[in-house]
Amino acid sequence: MNKPYNNTKATLALAKASFRSIMRSPSAVVFTLAFPLIFILVFGFLGGGGVKVDLAVAPGSNLQNPVIYALEKVSVVRLIKDKAPKEIQADLEKGTIDAVIDVKSNPSGTPAFTADVKYTSASIDKSNILKSILNNLLYTLNSRDMKPTVAELNESTVKGRIYRTIDFILPGQLGFSLLSTGVFGTAFVFFSLRQTLVIKRFFATPVKRSSIVLGEGLARIGFALLGALFIILIGHFFFHFTLIHGVITVINMLLLATIGVIVFMGFGFVVSGLAKSESTIPPISNIITLPQFLLSGTFFSIDAFPNWLQPISRALPLTYLNDAMRKVAFEGAGLWDVKQQILIMIIWGFGIYAVAVKVFKWE
Amino acid sequence: MDKTKAIISVKDLVKNYDDFNAVKGISFDVYENEIFGLLGPNGAGKTTTLEIIETLREKTSGEITVDGLSVDHDAGRIKQIIGVQLQAAGYYPNLNLVELMELFSGLYGVDIKPMEMLEKVNLQDKAKARYKALSGGQKQRFSIATTLINNPKIIFLDEPTTGLDPQARRNLWDLIIEIRKSGTTVVITTHYMDEAEQLCDRVAFVEHGQIIALDSPDNLIDNLVNSGFERKKEVKKASLEDVFINLTGQQWREG
Repeated sequence: MNKPYNNTKATLALAKASFRSIMRSPSAVVFTLAFPLIFILVFGFLGGGGVKVDLAVAPGSNLQNPVIYALEKVSVVRLIKDKAPKEIQADLEKGTIDAVIDVKSNPSGTPAFTADVKYTSASIDKSNILKSILNNLLYTLNSRDMKPTVAELNESTVKGRIYRTIDFILPGQLGFSLLSTGVFGTAFVFFSLRQTLVIKRFFATPVKRSSIVLGEGLARIGFALLGALFIILIGHFFFHFTLIHGVITVINMLLLATIGVIVFMGFGFVVSGLAKSESTIPPISNIITLPQFLLSGTFFSIDAFPNWLQPISRALPLTYLNDAMRKVAFEGAGLWDVKQQILIMIIWGFGIYAVAVKVFKWE
Repeated sequence: MDKTKAIISVKDLVKNYDDFNAVKGISFDVYENEIFGLLGPNGAGKTTTLEIIETLREKTSGEITVDGLSVDHDAGRIKQIIGVQLQAAGYYPNLNLVELMELFSGLYGVDIKPMEMLEKVNLQDKAKARYKALSGGQKQRFSIATTLINNPKIIFLDEPTTGLDPQARRNLWDLIIEIRKSGTTVVITTHYMDEAEQLCDRVAFVEHGQIIALDSPDNLIDNLVNSGFERKKEVKKASLEDVFINLTGQQWREG
């Protein structure tokens, strides 16, 4: 009975209880695993296609000629052969077909064929791609037997790693998963523990407040890392997500995830303190998570945003987590190489926990 | 049984909220191994008093010692020797009773066998159930089981029988008497005078933050009768509750 009280034991008991509870909570599992996985699935299957130009072949066009043969070999061009003129016209106007080509043999002899191409203003950018493809192709065909008089172009491509859509999407989704577990999970748990007087009952035991926070934190970090590992492995084995240094890369990613989720939990503590009722938690949490979800390069590269938006993006902690994750996973950077990103996240951490200490409520 | 040794001593306890004096100078002792009742209407200050003794609330002034420990300096050690059942406590969500017991044994820093604790309150069949799925009586019994984990010297029960049906209430009385028999002091609050009369060795009546009477139920009743009080209606040898129990049986209900 007079044994000294063991804080570690209390903390671990809480962590274990909290972890069990999280694993059985449908919303935690949905937000941490299901949502990111659905996005990964969608983008995983969508991705890898690249640009395709839809080129209709006009009915009555000659199909047995070098131009069509060559076009069939160009992977960017998809030839559409059996469409009626009316359909082609309608599709051109809508932009679902990017251009139409009509090749005819020339009765007068030279050149042997003429190719009429009609573009559409509904898809200017693809028209331009097609234009340069055709120019290149016709130049090659026409100059096949001639020696260049000015300069000869020699082209070659360096063989690099294939950067797949998944390599961009997965780190973003991982960040999103960590953000929602950190913010929503922490906010809801502490709010409801307070509201249902679970914390009050804890206070009637010798447990320290720091043990309660630490225990909850450990459980949430554990859950978030398990989720992260799951997402990484699914991505790697089903969608060829690039892990340059294998296990080391995974460990580095998990370390980054830990820093991320600790910072995001700070937001969660703040939300649980600010919320007046259970129904105000989602809106407040969304104010924190949605802008980061959209602006932190989860789906699109920040470079694609207009200039005025970029400083906002570059102020958000998730931006740096995503950035660091991508560098580590695809470029094979070590943690020291992403020290700047880590530093910014840590600064966010200090800031948000300073606020959390002020607004957090126990009762 | 040494009835005169005080295990809790409260002297001139005052608790002021912003513009409300909840407790206005209460003094009483709780003796070792008795069942002590705090009685009184809602808002009289019973729960506040209890929570201050339990070190869950700060007092405005006064002195309280629990087993020789001052609530001002030894809150942590007091918590180790008391068991607290709160009026409306919740338990960690999504856990079953065994897991909750494990959690509390960690929080109290003791090693217990969860099933043994549940057996003490006859909930072994509900070991895998969630707290939410329990009936009112089962919830209270579970609450009491959590107060026993650290083998406390004193347990505090705040309206443990409110909202229970007669069977569940009587079950809980048996349990409380059982706990006292094992040497634990019990401090209880209740609205039910029959309950206090059955259970308590001594009761204190609290009204408007003050104690207006403190004695054994027998003495209090005798004093009233001696002062010339008579019931309007002659008392029968059984009450309607006795009829209810007789008709519906006293077995443990799981409803």
